[in-house]
Amino acid sequence: MRDHQLELLRHAQEGEDVLLIAPTGAGKTLAGFLPSLIELSAQKSNAPEGPGLHTLYISPLKALAVDVARNLEIPAQEMKLRLRIETRTGDTSASKRQRQRRDPPQILLTTPEQVALLLASPDSLTLFSSLRRVVLDELHALVTSKRGDMLALDLARLRAIAPAMRVTGLSATVREPDELRRWIVAPPAKSGLVIAPPGAAADLSMLDTRERLPWSGHGGTHAVREVYERIKGATTTLIFVNTRAQAEAIFQQLWRINDDNLSIALHHGSLDASQRRRVEEAMAQGKLRAVVCTSTLDLGIDWGAVDLVINMGAPKGASRLAQRIGRANHRLDEPSRALLVPSNRFEVLECVAAIEAAREGAQDTPPARTGALDVLCQHILGMACAAPFDADRLFDEVRSAAPYADLTRAIFDAALEFVATGGYALKTYDRFAKIKRNQDGLWRVANGNVAQSYRMNVGTIVESEMLKVRLVHGRPSAPRGGAAQTRFGTLYAPTKLAAASAGPAAYTGPLRRGGRVLGEIEEYFLETLAPGDTFLFGGEILALQGIVENEALVRRARSDEPKVPSYAGGKFPLSTYLADRVRHILAHRAAWKHLPQQVQDWLELQGARSRLPRAGDLLVETFPRAGRHYLVAYPFEGRLAHQTLGMLLTRRMERLGLKPQGFVANEYALAVWSLSDIGTRIEKNLVSLEDLFAQDMLGDDLEEWLQESALMKRTFRQCAVISGLIERRFPGKEKSGKQVTISTDLVYDVLRRHEPDHILLQAARDDAATGLLDLARLADMLARVRGHIIHKDLERVSPLAVPILLEIGREPVYGQAQDEILAEAAAMLVEEAGA
Amino acid sequence: MIIGNGQEILIAGETCVADPSGALWHGGTRSIIVSDLHLEKGSSFARRGMLLPPYDTVATLMHLRRVLDHYNPQRVIALGDSFHDAQAAERLADAERKKLVDMQQDRIWVWISGNHDPAPPQGLAGETMDEIRIGALILRHEPQSGEAHGEVAGHLHPVARVVTKRGSLRRRCFVSDGSRCILPAFGAYAGGLNLRDEAFAPLFRARAPHAHVLGRDRIYSVALEQCYAD
Repeated sequence: MRDHQLELLRHAQEGEDVLLIAPTGAGKTLAGFLPSLIELSAQKSNAPEGPGLHTLYISPLKALAVDVARNLEIPAQEMKLRLRIETRTGDTSASKRQRQRRDPPQILLTTPEQVALLLASPDSLTLFSSLRRVVLDELHALVTSKRGDMLALDLARLRAIAPAMRVTGLSATVREPDELRRWIVAPPAKSGLVIAPPGAAADLSMLDTRERLPWSGHGGTHAVREVYERIKGATTTLIFVNTRAQAEAIFQQLWRINDDNLSIALHHGSLDASQRRRVEEAMAQGKLRAVVCTSTLDLGIDWGAVDLVINMGAPKGASRLAQRIGRANHRLDEPSRALLVPSNRFEVLECVAAIEAAREGAQDTPPARTGALDVLCQHILGMACAAPFDADRLFDEVRSAAPYADLTRAIFDAALEFVATGGYALKTYDRFAKIKRNQDGLWRVANGNVAQSYRMNVGTIVESEMLKVRLVHGRPSAPRGGAAQTRFGTLYAPTKLAAASAGPAAYTGPLRRGGRVLGEIEEYFLETLAPGDTFLFGGEILALQGIVENEALVRRARSDEPKVPSYAGGKFPLSTYLADRVRHILAHRAAWKHLPQQVQDWLELQGARSRLPRAGDLLVETFPRAGRHYLVAYPFEGRLAHQTLGMLLTRRMERLGLKPQGFVANEYALAVWSLSDIGTRIEKNLVSLEDLFAQDMLGDDLEEWLQESALMKRTFRQCAVISGLIERRFPGKEKSGKQVTISTDLVYDVLRRHEPDHILLQAARDDAATGLLDLARLADMLARVRGHIIHKDLERVSPLAVPILLEIGREPVYGQAQDEILAEAAAMLVEEAGA
Repeated sequence: MIIGNGQEILIAGETCVADPSGALWHGGTRSIIVSDLHLEKGSSFARRGMLLPPYDTVATLMHLRRVLDHYNPQRVIALGDSFHDAQAAERLADAERKKLVDMQQDRIWVWISGNHDPAPPQGLAGETMDEIRIGALILRHEPQSGEAHGEVAGHLHPVARVVTKRGSLRRRCFVSDGSRCILPAFGAYAGGLNLRDEAFAPLFRARAPHAHVLGRDRIYSVALEQCYAD
């Protein structure tokens, strides 16, 4: 046994909760189960009513739970233990689930949602009373989301039911281990800590491309040939990209040049689950040479054969990159091999910063969360479903969950009121209460329907409105052949692209159902498409035929140039830590020697034509171009914060009469264009940049904008579902038509106007602060740059500004009032009528 | 929203104004027509365990109040589905009932019956009818299939999804081909049905209709080709 495994065992045998931090490949999962296996071997199994549940293993991925269960059988057999080890996931049959409640196995492997469901049932008290150990796998990934909040609340309940229970947390390396040590126990206590020695240092490099580095874009297509060469030189390669769209594009391009017919597969969250399973199995059996994937494979089953990880595009964060690199070579003594492929010049800076951080072992995992209020509401209802509760005792229990340690009684009571009657100032729903307080002072569910509805709606993952993508029968317009006929073809290869490049022929017949479901795609993406538009999905070029109920009907397209899904940038913003380092590189010439020559030349040119900001400064450039006046700022705070800043800044400029026309944001910069010459006005002190970027924009301007913000409405919808205000949509249920379902956008508008302090709006605002609007980061930035704004009025566009200007037309343009869309459409009608 | 900045439209020769509030004004008879108020939809959901904010009735009546203040009509015609269910009128809070009664003062009030509210609302004034004629217009809740010259109806809650290079937008709208007109839903919680839905097809076979889309401060008339399915 390894040292860290022994040390963990020692903590466990002393009755301590313990956190194990270890790199992948260190035998972490087995270590987590050692105390259980030893205790179970000592336990007499002839207790009259069966031995009961001893260990609960919780993983974020059900595939991981299944895999660990399989691997656990081996040591159990070696120790000659007669154990029942079972999994419980959404796939487990109803009869087996029922049996597991009645007659539980000694070790149960499951997911957070299943734990919440078990705890909300009346028999949870008996089921968990025998519990001795909980093992939390991939804890670093779990704690960063609302799912983690839910799990923390459930842990608090498990501790209350089985006080002797001890927790073992298993985590990759994180920035602040103490936060996790507090998370797994009731604060302010801290668990024991075991840190396994790091593995061999990774062999990390950045692709020094022979091609010309693009100014902007995230495709990485310039490097596809070089990536293909690397795949050929390795046994098995994982190629990580940041978005599904990029995964589709890279996959397609690799197959275009796949003259050796390498088995290259695709894996991302929109693909049908069964297809993803097939790819994972083929990978486990060593049948694949490469998989192009998104963060769906950041976690998961160990694949010993992977000897190269390629990260295409921006790494986003040091810890994220370290975990991806760890997916290669799961033997500790051998270095992981990883290659970073930046897709544009700014990403070169980000890659260099990330490589430096990785070599130093620096971490930038996000700080501990404050528990979400919508999750709290869901939990309160679940606890009422389990058994009548006393509000004081539940409050104490909730506060013993780390994310809720600072929860006030007033907010808890508001959440309780929300669960009971909606919590509105206007008290009209008492007779419809979901939970009621009886004479004994305990809260109990009003009726069986409430518990039933809770079970249907449990969980914190709210998919965006997803539509199934179904291939309709009809005239297949692209011949299949070539790559599609290889052994892997039917499964993994994209349909051979048709040579003919005729546009998408419109399908004129009635829309027919039937045909294969290819996967799911976000409704908001499809909103940008018109019937006949083509897009890449599952490695094929598809033409949208129409949308019928919850399905997007598609046909294979006779097209060579798809309209690629333009999921804007990555899902994760550039971490503040990497952003700092990028600013530092820009400011210090000495750091440039690690940069490719073309990037050094670019920065030299920027220094000559404009200037390079010092690390603490915010550079703002103004210049005229093609009849417009541009203002470009470089905060390096990530796309979300920049979008919010752009919205607020243009409002402010509008008021100052600067006539802003629109803006575009990326991870590094923000460009606003206007009709009036802002540069000259700043020079003449008619406009103050300090005022323009003043923190008070987060006051009234923000409030005003939030009223109509679509991002805010999307955030609210998630809170409404998680808190139980509205029910999730289930397949088949939406058939009743749109008039009988309720639009959360309408609910948001009404609630905001009539009760702006309602707890759900507060929950949505909290989410927006860290989520889609990234207000917290924007606020920090505005504070940081106060007194440090450097203005440079230029005669023409600067080298640093070129990338962001190139994104105009490629990325959505903001800042135009929504009604302008209508005005434009109406103008076309007038034109038509006048002609 | 600016009320009164409407768009004149001809329906079967009758001059009407489509108001950005979603109401239709017939100046010749000083009549205002509003459809699908769905009052007490929130509490209707609450009965089934979804405790939606109980402010939809307040919001809808405030909206209606502003329309009446602007046009000062002699007659108000609620074009059906004014109440979300048969008990909705009884559930009205006293304050809301009073607002409604005040608005009914000194004017003719017609409740056209709809599928949600086939019977007259309990305890409220106003005449309940299945249909009413105004000049060349025939007003009813549910549009008849096929040709119906002069028909003004609701029921379908039309919304248009307009797509241009600038982006995409989904808003409530009037739909009219000059012969008949479908009104947008007026109620705060009333959802929408895309006018590209097949439910609209049999109504506008002869002529392609225009969508008169509710903007923030005016109506935008948009050709059908500019409107997309959801």
